[in-house]
Amino acid sequence: MSWLRIVAISRKEVLQIVRDPRSLLIILVIPFVQLLIFGYAINLDVKHVPLCIYDRDGTQTSQDLLKHFQATDYFAIAHLSDNYQDVVHNIDNGVCSVAIVVPPQFSEDLRSNGQASVQAILDASDSNSASIGMGYAQAIVQTYSSEIQVNWQQERGMAAGAPSISFEPRTWFNEDLESMANLVPGVVALVMAVVGAFLTSLTIAREWERGTMEQLISTPVGKLEIQIGKLFPYFVIGVADTAICAGTAVWWFGVPFRGSWLVLYGCSMLFLIVVLSLGYFISVTAKSQLGACQMALLATFLPTFLLSGFVFPIDQMPIVVQWITAILPARYYVSILRNVFLKGTAIHLLAGDIAALATIAVVLVFFATRSFKKRLE
Amino acid sequence: MNTNQASVVVEGLTKKFGDFVAVDNVTFEAHRGEIFGFLGPNGSGKSTTIRVLCGLLRPTSGLARVAGIDVAKNPEAVRQHIGYMSQRFSLYNDLRVSENLRFFAGMYSVPSKEIPGRVAWALKMAGLEGREHSPTSSLAVGWKQRLALGCAVLHRPPIVFLDEPTSGVDPVSRRQFWDLIHAMVEEGVTVFVTTHYMDEAEYCNKLVLLDRGRIVAMGTPTDLTSRHMKGQLLLVECEPLGPALELLQNAPNVLDAAVFGSGIHAVVPDAAVAIPEIRSLLSTSHVHISRIEQIAPSLEDVFVSLTATRGANQRQEVTA
Repeated sequence: MSWLRIVAISRKEVLQIVRDPRSLLIILVIPFVQLLIFGYAINLDVKHVPLCIYDRDGTQTSQDLLKHFQATDYFAIAHLSDNYQDVVHNIDNGVCSVAIVVPPQFSEDLRSNGQASVQAILDASDSNSASIGMGYAQAIVQTYSSEIQVNWQQERGMAAGAPSISFEPRTWFNEDLESMANLVPGVVALVMAVVGAFLTSLTIAREWERGTMEQLISTPVGKLEIQIGKLFPYFVIGVADTAICAGTAVWWFGVPFRGSWLVLYGCSMLFLIVVLSLGYFISVTAKSQLGACQMALLATFLPTFLLSGFVFPIDQMPIVVQWITAILPARYYVSILRNVFLKGTAIHLLAGDIAALATIAVVLVFFATRSFKKRLE
Repeated sequence: MNTNQASVVVEGLTKKFGDFVAVDNVTFEAHRGEIFGFLGPNGSGKSTTIRVLCGLLRPTSGLARVAGIDVAKNPEAVRQHIGYMSQRFSLYNDLRVSENLRFFAGMYSVPSKEIPGRVAWALKMAGLEGREHSPTSSLAVGWKQRLALGCAVLHRPPIVFLDEPTSGVDPVSRRQFWDLIHAMVEEGVTVFVTTHYMDEAEYCNKLVLLDRGRIVAMGTPTDLTSRHMKGQLLLVECEPLGPALELLQNAPNVLDAAVFGSGIHAVVPDAAVAIPEIRSLLSTSHVHISRIEQIAPSLEDVFVSLTATRGANQRQEVTA
């Protein structure tokens, strides 16, 4: 191993990166843009659900109930209907995804039977939003229902002393239940996986494609020297991209950062070694730039997006899929990032994730080094 | 390394790609300070042989020793002793001239103190002084090839392999390139060079003629031209050429006939007997002969004669 040769390769690689505007763009602009796009586009909070109201009762009581729907952030009244067809029409058009229909004898039934019902119609083509909307609607009706119970008891001189349990939730780590705070650390992992593997996936393939590899491997340079020399500049870029991503998360999106920057950086470097080795391995195997960058995207973007727990919780996945996620480096990194950002978890509590990431790093570095041959066959 | 010691020893070297035999049981020896030429059409195994000797391909069987080291067993040890210039231009086009030189100086572990001196030497040798900051992609082919040679010999290797270094280079640049090769050889470097230019073959001390992976002939250019012709050579200049060639190829006493430039070269067992025969044969078929005489064979004639059993297409390739 000669440091001079490693330095010579790194310097050459830097010159090539600097002279290629496309790779500069990928390095500097793409992480920031991706973070912004994902940060804003992936929003799992359901608020301002468009609501259609059809009040067939038209009494003070029915209006009181509907005021509760108006008063909350969860719904936005998009339309007032005066017939059923109109309700159906508005749901069909997507003008509103929830419709509340108050039946004609609503207040009458309440008074005489002590029992009345309200109809809710939900557009369940987006089942997730529909069930959340249903939950909101249920809660509002429930609240109103207990209000009128209390009123009824008070009117009859009964003390409001009926036993009841009050529910006092305290959400830790993400106090406002902002999905942004939960997602942005995942986006950081996604950006780093894609940029890291994508950039390095080209480095060896490009040399084969342009014919420069034949000259390079005819020299006494060792394959480990090539690997270290080539990956080092991308490692530095990756570290800089981590800073861009984490900085954007904290100062732009206001994601709380409670952990230690040292832990964040240590783990990010480990993750970088993983994705860079993956990209290098792909590059050695593919031998064409197009094939290599497609494989790199396929190996990083989709699994990181779908299986890392970044959007979809791993413990909700079928058990077989859960096993598959065990070999996915991004899964551990996302978990570490969330812990470091939101919980400020101490490093010894992250040991499991770090160990898993380190194991994957060792395996990938081994395969990346082994796969490269200083021969033309 | 003393003068008597062979720089490269090849014995029974065979290289197969699947069922295809690219190099078939080749044996030769090259000595210090020799220009060793590989001559042959495309696909004859020249490049494959050189790549095996550089440790870029693993031989299927046989022995190849470069600078006393077995290439199959220890390719890495060979690489410090050799310089290699591949057939396809393989320097970094997006680097500047001096950056390429400095990079390869680094790859060959030239000591840092010596790098500026070596780079300056290579620039001077390649005639690229004043262009050290030009992007490599902006150089003309001839200059690129000289730069590639410069990069390959920065570490002053005792053995240099050049795979078609002058293909696509204009005649003046080709001449300059050969001047560089001669200068290296004078310093005791062994140079292996593949070419399909016959005039370049005359510059070599020793030649190996390859065809379909086999050695067809080997020796000095003079050896080859004097020993390897199967008969005597006649130059026939006549009009029209096409029918005349056909007649000569079918004539009983003509061993071989092929078009060379504006005339026909015919190989015959005895020139004195053949000249009158050919005169009468052609004139009865209304071919006008402007000149017919015995000439000294060139390497090209030797090559065509040695591969005479092959089809006419392959000859065209060689003479191209």
